[in-house]
Amino acid sequence: MSKDKVGTRTDFPPTPPEFLPEQQPDHPVTPYLRMERIPHVWCPGCGIGTVVKCFATALERSGADLDKVSVVSGIGCSGRAAGYLKLDGFHTTHGRAIPFATGLKLGRPELEVAVFSGDGDLSGIGGNHFIHAARRNMDLLVILINNFIYGMTGGQNAPTTPLTAKSSTMPFGNFEAPFNIPHLAASCGAPYVARWTCLHIRRLTWAMEEALDRKGFRLIEVIAPCPTLYSRLNKLGTGLNGMRFYHDNAEIRHGADTRELDIDFQKSITCGKFVDEERPTFLDQMNEHYGQVLGEKYVPMSPEGGWLHG
Amino acid sequence: MKADPIGVLTGAHYLDGDFACGEGAMAAGCRFVAGYPITPSTEVVERISRRFPTMGGTFIQMEDELASMAAVVGGSWTGTKSMTVTSGPGFSLMMENIGLAAMMETPCVVVNVQRGGPSTGLPTMVGQADVMQARWGSHGDYEIIAMSPQSPQEAFDLTIEAFNLSEIYRVPVMFLMDEIVGHMTERVVIPPADEIEVVPRALTGKTPEEFEPYQINGKPTPEFARAGDGYRFHTTGLTHDERGYPEMSVECQERCVRRLLEKITDNADRIVRFEEEATDDAEVVVVTYGITARVARLAIDMARRRGVKVGSVRLIVIWPFAEKLIRELAGKVRALVVPEINYGQLVLEVERCAAGKCAVLPVSHGGGSVHDPAVIAEVIVKAAAEAA
Repeated sequence: MSKDKVGTRTDFPPTPPEFLPEQQPDHPVTPYLRMERIPHVWCPGCGIGTVVKCFATALERSGADLDKVSVVSGIGCSGRAAGYLKLDGFHTTHGRAIPFATGLKLGRPELEVAVFSGDGDLSGIGGNHFIHAARRNMDLLVILINNFIYGMTGGQNAPTTPLTAKSSTMPFGNFEAPFNIPHLAASCGAPYVARWTCLHIRRLTWAMEEALDRKGFRLIEVIAPCPTLYSRLNKLGTGLNGMRFYHDNAEIRHGADTRELDIDFQKSITCGKFVDEERPTFLDQMNEHYGQVLGEKYVPMSPEGGWLHG
Repeated sequence: MKADPIGVLTGAHYLDGDFACGEGAMAAGCRFVAGYPITPSTEVVERISRRFPTMGGTFIQMEDELASMAAVVGGSWTGTKSMTVTSGPGFSLMMENIGLAAMMETPCVVVNVQRGGPSTGLPTMVGQADVMQARWGSHGDYEIIAMSPQSPQEAFDLTIEAFNLSEIYRVPVMFLMDEIVGHMTERVVIPPADEIEVVPRALTGKTPEEFEPYQINGKPTPEFARAGDGYRFHTTGLTHDERGYPEMSVECQERCVRRLLEKITDNADRIVRFEEEATDDAEVVVVTYGITARVARLAIDMARRRGVKVGSVRLIVIWPFAEKLIRELAGKVRALVVPEINYGQLVLEVERCAAGKCAVLPVSHGGGSVHDPAVIAEVIVKAAAEAA
């Protein structure tokens, strides 16, 4: 392959490891993973595994009671994350991870519920749920992995595909304006909004740890390379080229105006923490309101859930 | 176990079917409801949203019916009994996540107060045309249970039973009301809590190390662990093995899906419920369900006055279908008459089970009102005369 502006392919395809998964030395996040499910489905150079690793590290550092953490995914490459994390994991329907997670949170309010899914799942087919969960300030940590494309189905155009970028259904380049995900969340009232790339593993892990400590609808967008489809269709090289691109073009601007966070094709990617406010969550507001209006008659759901003991 | 008294409004009431259904859900121990407004079902959630805050229940009005159904599946995985309520167009939107509930084996109740269709159809007027959709509406092979009440009292009683069946078989139960039963106001007697039998969510006694979410050990359904109890289980809408892990193989598909079917079909005799009247020496038997059963009663009286020996069967559980009953009847009677407020849905099942052994006559009605009893009576009389 000829040289292009983002670099050259050096080791492609990468050499596979010569030992079996069970022989591998323990990785620090092994206890957080379903090792019997490894190897995973993700392609070489894909960014999703990195995000899973960051999340596992953040969980460890946060000191969260892992028995009380549920992870919910929709459908797609990122949607497979729930299947690898050793937590109560729910691999649901396309686009419906957020409402499913809403049911978990309201059915047992003491749970920490994380949604881990992709840009197509959460902002395309699930876009309506995304904005309403943000509006309600539903107590969910949403990790949205944005690889600018529908990966699992073979590289179709996504609501996040940058203008002019090619996809299998926009072979002449995308002409639809993409979503600015952090702005979408912030304008609907999300109290915590951040964006990192999967090159920024320390900052991403720290953001996840911080978000685990916050309440309400917390959105972390993670920009990740899709070497098999997005990068190939757009001649951007391997996952490593993607990392180099983030290294050279990611700009950290904490507190940036979310209106200015559009991502143009192969231009700079603004990263950082954009919103970090305290706002009463859906459950806070419900409990406070019913408490005021109904007084002693109000019986809130037990943190353990409204289940019937046998 | 007995119902939790906090959800039971014991006494004699004057309630419409929608309110009675809501009371039934609360008596059954339902404590999470997600819904979206749609006529003629909305009164169910209006009732629940007023009463839930006094009994530790949470109602949320979601952004659409896709979300409502997904939230109910999520809610149920916490062990909290969960329900949603809708009508035709909303029922269509719920189908994908009803399939998820079936695949994940999630106990829940889906109330559909049927109106006229297709599409927006007759929003404020009666229909019974979602009977096949309730059974076949989501893609792929799966089984559900569906029930149909004929009165507000039954809306109360059978809602409790719907929850109980959903717990026993770990399936979504379709509660097929109709606009008239939903909006009809009658006397509803709610018994004391200690007279109401409810099936609690049975939690596994295994340790997290021993537990596999889809291991059945010879029973019809697997044991249940709820989110947040340390089992760290995985469940998916993908074809899965006993560990709840995706497995894309012909063998696993066969094992996984066949069990979803057989847990219902093998237990159909236990689940099926109907009322049978004067079928012993009948020439003609009328097979009905829901509001049409009450209209047919008048038609049966009219036909009897004209000398026809008519019996009746009222299906209370529609799915699984009362196959055995219809097969037996078909060998005894001259004709089965099937009035329903659609252009011929459940009659197809009756025909299938009758297998040519007797005449099967639909009495179709497009919806918007109940049948004119005289029309049903005419079909009964004609059926008896033709067969003679």
